[in-house]
Amino acid sequence: MTDVAVIGFAQSPCVRYGDGTTSGVEMLVPIFAEVLASTGLTQPDIGFWCSGSSDYLAGRAFSFVSAVDAIGAVPPIMESHVEMDGAWALYEAWVKILTGAADTALVYGFGKSSAGLLRRVLALQLDPYLVAPLWPDSVSIAALQARLGIEGGRWSEKDMAEVAARSRAAAQGNPQAQLFGAVSAEDLLDQPYVADPLRAHDCAPVGDGAAVVILASAERARELCPRPAWITGFAHRIDSMELGGRDLTAAPSATAAGRAAGAGPDGAGPPIDVAELHAPFTHQELILRTALGLREETQVNPSGGALCGNPMFAAGLARIGLAARAITAGQADRALGHATSGPALQQNLVCMMEAR
Amino acid sequence: MKQQAAVLGVGQTRHRSRRADVSIAGLCREAVDRAVADAGLTLADIDAVVLGKAPDLFEGVMMPELYLADALGAVGKPLLRVHTAGSVGGATGNVAASLVEAGVHGRVLAVAFEKQSESNAMWALSIAPPFSMPLVAGAGGYFAPHVRSYIRRSGAPQHIGAMVAVKDRRNGARNPYAHLQQADITLEKVQASPMLWDPVRYDETCPSSDGACAVVIGDTAAARDTTAAGRPVAWIRATSMRTEPTMFSGKDHVNPRAGADAAAALWRDAGITEPAREIDAAEIYVPFSWFEPMWLENLGFAAPGEGWRLTEAGETEIGGSLPVNPSGGVLSSNPIGASGLLRFAESALQVMGKAGEHQVDGARTALGHAYGGGSQYFSMWVVASTPG
Repeated sequence: MTDVAVIGFAQSPCVRYGDGTTSGVEMLVPIFAEVLASTGLTQPDIGFWCSGSSDYLAGRAFSFVSAVDAIGAVPPIMESHVEMDGAWALYEAWVKILTGAADTALVYGFGKSSAGLLRRVLALQLDPYLVAPLWPDSVSIAALQARLGIEGGRWSEKDMAEVAARSRAAAQGNPQAQLFGAVSAEDLLDQPYVADPLRAHDCAPVGDGAAVVILASAERARELCPRPAWITGFAHRIDSMELGGRDLTAAPSATAAGRAAGAGPDGAGPPIDVAELHAPFTHQELILRTALGLREETQVNPSGGALCGNPMFAAGLARIGLAARAITAGQADRALGHATSGPALQQNLVCMMEAR
Repeated sequence: MKQQAAVLGVGQTRHRSRRADVSIAGLCREAVDRAVADAGLTLADIDAVVLGKAPDLFEGVMMPELYLADALGAVGKPLLRVHTAGSVGGATGNVAASLVEAGVHGRVLAVAFEKQSESNAMWALSIAPPFSMPLVAGAGGYFAPHVRSYIRRSGAPQHIGAMVAVKDRRNGARNPYAHLQQADITLEKVQASPMLWDPVRYDETCPSSDGACAVVIGDTAAARDTTAAGRPVAWIRATSMRTEPTMFSGKDHVNPRAGADAAAALWRDAGITEPAREIDAAEIYVPFSWFEPMWLENLGFAAPGEGWRLTEAGETEIGGSLPVNPSGGVLSSNPIGASGLLRFAESALQVMGKAGEHQVDGARTALGHAYGGGSQYFSMWVVASTPG
């Protein structure tokens, strides 16, 4: 298998109400320019393009078609799209480079959640015959998951508030973050419930944003980047959607993806310096830490994580990009990027990267 | 580097206007069970699943692969969801093939479906987002001007479109899975059918179908196991995908560069220098009759302006020099998201010698083709009876 590395990353600011259209073009053009400039590549140099987005978020069919306008018209490109977070588009691009059909790939994800009511839009992901007609929204389902963990003695509301406080503090160093600042867990616990036992700080903010990552084959990566983030393992798995059919306080698909990607289990292998976990709810970070077997010394979400900015269909890709940036910037030797999709951590992806 | 992949098994549903007897999950599972059985395997043998379908608004379910994970046998496995507009079925086959070609997996299941009766595709295509050209009348209204432009540029006689419709519908009557079964259709009937979008008549238009298709793709070791068990496989010689924007200055909607570039790359990678001579059967995405001659030219089977001559001479019929859509094609069955994978699957059936009543005698090399969006997304593959 040929080696593949992340050599570039850029992200738009995460904002509550973006100015652009649902096509994503206005968010994508500036970050394409930024990431291409950072690698010295130009549009025709890119061998494969792949993106992740959602028609339902945009409220229209074929929403990703207009996003291609951000790339340029001529010549036609080798391109694909997943109706998933851009992290899965990155996986498809990684596979493409492994086949030898391309030696560079530009991968992007974008979402304009402000175009609708996100928690209700996401209810349409559920079983269309038996569950979706009841309109259980995404925050309520996460609340059920949090409640199960609290009653099972797995975590407390205080543990959850501490995740939020640590994330907000970390995000003070992240210029793209939507939420940031110094807050105490005690103060957060004084706030009212949004969906018992979840308070506002337990839920990722709703907002708009986009992210882009460039991958390169071994030869190109060494030419283009002084310190590439080499992908040592990349895997994803899915669990059943049946909410009553699995233990919601665990994420077996995260565990399986982590093991397949070489992340563990349970602290095996060399230390992971940085882990960027895509946890849109505070208790989900706690589930993922256990599922992935992360050790205490691993720094989790130095960016502030999805709790400080969660642009749908871009936030998972951004986690991998941020983990890679920790390596390319020399702050980490081994890093983990994670993405999730579906209700209650149904689908999970893990990308392991290292410096060489 | 690149491993060679092969189609081990193919399955599809009986396509109908309304499959009210099954849920979306039941529809997909019908195709999946047939494909896995056709390969002599069980779902436990599958390493990963790739699901494709056209816009989620066509059923009113956001990212239905999440709900379908159980029905697809994907729980505990990797599940990818592809969406590249109308070409998505083809892209689904190509992405599944790439997972094998990259050496990531040994056996991958590609599934594509559309259950149009769950919603209204015409409505879903007619939403007018800001700053975009409205489609209003759906795909037919969008493509009719391109057909008129083709007729003007090529000087093709008016009856060519009706000839394609008669051929594809009669071919569809040889295919028990086809939605429309019209063995008795005639040129006169097609020409007398109502005009929908000038010059596209009712009988020259694809139906709205519920249907699914599934294909099992394996690596060389898996293919050897299959052939050792006495089951033929279809070796994937090359795959290709290209995209261009919907609208830009200089865009040629009749002969799009993205399609021509995709075809050129496909023939190059498959080692094919004379497609018209070397391809024994072609399953081409023809949702409106006139797209047969248009795509024959775009794919390089005929020079620009000459594609209709192949149709008029009967060369694209079963028994002609280049049979096109022996399965009946999109004009006989159109479960939109699955239509591309059906083209890919039918091309595989031809080189496996398993196409039944619509088998092209001695087919050894075949093309599967799909396109989508505003003639801007193209995906294709070439399959053959030998690894090459």
